[in-house]
Amino acid sequence: MTTPLQVRQEDRRRSASPPPVTTRTLIVTPARRRRRRRSWIHLLLVPVSLVFAVPFVQMFLTSLTPAADINQFPPRLIPSELTLDGYVKLFQQSDILLWLGNSVIVSAVGITAHIVLCSLAGYGFARLTFAGKNVSFLLIVATIMIPTQLLMVPTYVMFASVGIIDTLMAAIVPWLASVFGIFLMRQFFMSLPVELEEAAVLDGCSRFGTFWRVIFPLARPALATLAIFTLLGSWNDLVWPLIAINDPSAFTVQLGITNFQGARRTDWALLMASNVVATLPLILFFVVAQRQFIATMSFTGVKG
Amino acid sequence: MTTTAPDRQRGIRRRRTRNTLTGWGFVGPATVIVLGLSIFPAGWALLLSLQEWNGFSTPEWIGTQNYADMATDPDLWGAVGHTLTYTAMFVPTSVLLGLGLAVALNRRVILVGVYRTLIFLPFVVSAAATGILTTYLFNPQFGMVNNLLRIVGLPQQGWLEDPAQAMLVIAIMSVWGQAALTTVIYLAALQEIPAELSEAARVDGATRWQTFWRVIFPQLAPVTAFVTIWQGIQAIQLFDVVYTTTRGGPLGATETIVYYLWSSAFKELEFGYASAVAYGLFALTLIITIGVVIAQRRSARGGAL
Repeated sequence: MTTPLQVRQEDRRRSASPPPVTTRTLIVTPARRRRRRRSWIHLLLVPVSLVFAVPFVQMFLTSLTPAADINQFPPRLIPSELTLDGYVKLFQQSDILLWLGNSVIVSAVGITAHIVLCSLAGYGFARLTFAGKNVSFLLIVATIMIPTQLLMVPTYVMFASVGIIDTLMAAIVPWLASVFGIFLMRQFFMSLPVELEEAAVLDGCSRFGTFWRVIFPLARPALATLAIFTLLGSWNDLVWPLIAINDPSAFTVQLGITNFQGARRTDWALLMASNVVATLPLILFFVVAQRQFIATMSFTGVKG
Repeated sequence: MTTTAPDRQRGIRRRRTRNTLTGWGFVGPATVIVLGLSIFPAGWALLLSLQEWNGFSTPEWIGTQNYADMATDPDLWGAVGHTLTYTAMFVPTSVLLGLGLAVALNRRVILVGVYRTLIFLPFVVSAAATGILTTYLFNPQFGMVNNLLRIVGLPQQGWLEDPAQAMLVIAIMSVWGQAALTTVIYLAALQEIPAELSEAARVDGATRWQTFWRVIFPQLAPVTAFVTIWQGIQAIQLFDVVYTTTRGGPLGATETIVYYLWSSAFKELEFGYASAVAYGLFALTLIITIGVVIAQRRSARGGAL
């Protein structure tokens, strides 16, 4: 880390004596080279990012294309007219609003529970001393090695025995807390200075009071990461709802559109409209909170 | 001088009990949920893998018979082969593409924010949506990919309907969805490397290419090991894009280990056998992780590359 002061000192040192040749080339070349570099990196990045964008363009465009255009041969790249037929059909002929509502419930409950339970647990593991703390934390961390596929059958049997298979509860319960969440919050609370809490404890605040009034409000950046992680996972989850929910009235939106795909193989405007409806909420979130999304993704990496 | 020794001890014990209660009050709910949905079912799966059970009948204890059956199950080995084919396509591509994109995006040029958004956006697209998009883009009759091939005069392909190409299509679309992750991780790592390192190399007369492979890339070795493990684990657990595109077809060409596990559990209702397959997958995960870690250690000791 160079502070502004150090930089200024260095500048002064440089300007004091005429710089030797090597230093001058160091100072001069980057600027010149950067200008030249700018041209070729765009030659690479423009096609690559266009390729990444093509599926999105196709998705939006097809959802607005009349059915007659889509099945034409040879296919046309630009539709003859734009129509909302696909969306009208989608909302009339499917329970998409119900599925969206179900997904909103699953994600909202998941995010709330994650924020409450994981920050409590993270704080406990970061700051409190109690019997069984190290063992239980080690066990929790060890579970990241277990592939979720190993848990599918027994979890299904477990949920069936308490009668929540085919209900929205089955989709919600796995998103109440996670190893990622506990670990993230523990790391965050450990990075805070202890003095903050000591003052509150000396003033006679209870442990929970200290946590709730002093520490929790400071956790906003970590909570944003946690919320995005939970949103991405719970909104997009397909495997578990596919196993646990067969009743269309409890479908999440991902399960709904996947089922739809099987039933309406060729009604592309309709399928793409359902795709847009299921994906648009996250796209909008991403565009608005891109910085937090990227932070979440890189923390997923740091975790390992 | 009124407190006696037993009194003091009682006080300490009481405080310790209170600390323990407070501690568990904080960590208890999340711990119960996480362990109850992982360690407990994992132990149960181990018991199930030693049984024959369809979910309704009385479970029958058959010892290691399920594991023995796995060794001679041609469908399972087929699934292992398809999964490894996919892994061999997906992991190197997503790691190298991520590295390349991170290097390209790690500079202050105009529009870099737009490129970043476009490249990262697919990460938020679900497997369900990716499945619908894939079947449309790669549709042999009116899909965009064949349309482009036709325009440039190349022969039309069967894509998802061709057993030899279906896995390739799934790998391409997975890379589309996952490249953001490796890119973000490499970007973060690149920004940690002090600029002096590459400047020093440049002063010593190294070209940009040499500087990157001899100076920067070795610095990224732990990150490369991590993303290789991470993407490798993702790859051998492939299920959802297969389910939303080919459902294992055509002719079983895209049936992966997890797809096979899923269908033997929830279509054939062979809960015991499926649990044994799941433990096999767990073992494979561990082997890959340990293998990459050892390879990385060895290459770190032997110097760059």
